[in-house]
Amino acid sequence: MIENTYSNMKKVICRNSTSRILGIGLALLLSFSSSLFAQDQEADPAAGKTLFNTYCAACHHLDRRMTGPALRGVGDKHDTEWLYAWIKNSQALIKSGDKEAVKLWDEYKPSVMTAFPQLSDADIDNIIAYTMQPKSEPKVADTGGAAQGGGASGGSGVGNELILGGLILVFGVLVVMLFLVNKTLRRIAEANGVEYPEKEKGLPLWKAFVQNQFLMLVSAIVLLLGSGYFAFGYMMQIGVDQGYQPVQPIHFSHKIHAGDNGIDCKYCHSSARVSKTSGIPSLNVCMNCHKSIPEVAPETGTAEYSKEFYDGEIAKLYKAVGWDVATQDYTGKTEPVKWVRIHNLPDFAYFNHSQHVTVGRIACQECHGPVQEMEILHQDAPLTMGWCINCHRETNVKMEGNEYYTKIHEELSKKYGVEELTVAQLGGIECAKCHY
Amino acid sequence: MRVFVKIGIVLGVVALVASCQNKSTPNYQYMPDMYEPVGYETYQETRAFRNGKEGQLPVEGTIARGHKPYDYPNTLEGYNEAKLNLKNPTDSVTAVSEDYLKNGEELFNIYCAVCHGDKGDGQGVLAEREKILGVPSYDDAGRAITEGSVYHVIRYGLNAMGSYANQLNEEERWQVTEYVMTLKEDLENK
Repeated sequence: MIENTYSNMKKVICRNSTSRILGIGLALLLSFSSSLFAQDQEADPAAGKTLFNTYCAACHHLDRRMTGPALRGVGDKHDTEWLYAWIKNSQALIKSGDKEAVKLWDEYKPSVMTAFPQLSDADIDNIIAYTMQPKSEPKVADTGGAAQGGGASGGSGVGNELILGGLILVFGVLVVMLFLVNKTLRRIAEANGVEYPEKEKGLPLWKAFVQNQFLMLVSAIVLLLGSGYFAFGYMMQIGVDQGYQPVQPIHFSHKIHAGDNGIDCKYCHSSARVSKTSGIPSLNVCMNCHKSIPEVAPETGTAEYSKEFYDGEIAKLYKAVGWDVATQDYTGKTEPVKWVRIHNLPDFAYFNHSQHVTVGRIACQECHGPVQEMEILHQDAPLTMGWCINCHRETNVKMEGNEYYTKIHEELSKKYGVEELTVAQLGGIECAKCHY
Repeated sequence: MRVFVKIGIVLGVVALVASCQNKSTPNYQYMPDMYEPVGYETYQETRAFRNGKEGQLPVEGTIARGHKPYDYPNTLEGYNEAKLNLKNPTDSVTAVSEDYLKNGEELFNIYCAVCHGDKGDGQGVLAEREKILGVPSYDDAGRAITEGSVYHVIRYGLNAMGSYANQLNEEERWQVTEYVMTLKEDLENK
């Protein structure tokens, strides 16, 4: 809009140089009126950008090949009239035997450029004007700002550590000073011939302690109970992997995907809907989006993980799946990504995802924790039997609209005298439900 | 002085035990024999097959249970043919029933709405955040989608859109297709 005003202003001022104020007034009016005026006079790159992002950007990028060619400077490569015809119906142009059109078709087939009969010549002018803009330098200020913001938050952490270190140093110096002062005082005392009263060699404290039988008994009991407590605690966490956070071969941020971009869990883990395992998505699922996203936006990078780091991780995906960015095609050379499994129930326990996700309508987060906030995924729940049972005792079965449960609900709700049955009342804590 | 050595040893042992609690390695197990499965696990590495993986593709020329062959090839001609001729094999009563469309809507919101928007106008979250641009609206005149073309594109993918054949089975694809057609109608009648 600002550019709009500016270009209009120049024109108007040139025409009515006699009355500047009137001209400026007119320019303001024009800029607030419909942008049609501007289009009549001169192609508008800003409007072109909107159109480009709506219609063209699915297959074209300004500076790199996608499904179709890179479009920066396309106005120099082709005649404007030819572009009108091509954009409105490329297939008709190819069939008419136009040389340029056939050449393009040979290069990019079988991808067909969609016909855009709804775009007017003026619209296309605007789009061309947008593509003719010189490549803007990467916004250094933006990333700098982000890095600074990150740096500031990281800085406070470093500051705390520095303060702590300083304090420790000061205390150390104080201790050394005390020791030295003591030593010097002693020396002075010796030099002056002052005599200390000799300490009486009494019974050492520990011997006195051992000889007191009551104290020994009490301390033995305390020691036994204490070690029992810790031994129990230690043994109870054997086989429990809560907090397990392995390093994955590709740094996949659930925070960016599920959190910031709001992609549904089941988009990638689609088999959680229909099968026992939630499934680790195959790489073609990654490529559904990353075919069009070869690098992250500058604002995605943080102080901890830079944009370059994330771009490197996407490059790892491309390498594994065999995607060549330059030709926008698969090379056929693939390699497996050895993801490390985090949530793993022991073999003697049966767990079925579809039962919980599709029938039970349990949100993924109830067991997996706030995954959408995890930059690096870890196991949030203990996944112990007590934890399972506890949920089965507290959760009501979703019976609405599920004919399967109608009869059993009638019988059991009468038996227990309740309106809503918990999973446990339906047999959800019977041994053989999960162990067989 | 020997007291200090003893304290040092105790502290050292404690530190050693504590350092074993590494977050990036799984914990100890009581009886690994009962924890680790005897059979092959999904995605496991194994020497039973030549490519060293447990997960195998169906043998060429065979069709997995529950799947049906799809007659239209993944070419421009196949697309055009599907656009003209392909119809939902589900009977017409079921295809417009509430449950059918509700399932379609649910699946659409999981798999399609991120880009296409929950109204099908191409304004999904990823489009709004400018991660993926140029997502067309379903009422786009130049594309003029039909149920055949929608199903074909979900099955194979087209241009920037990938195939959803591994996330949606045949029936689910048709449910999504029917829902897309209702969205298209809504957009056109607006």
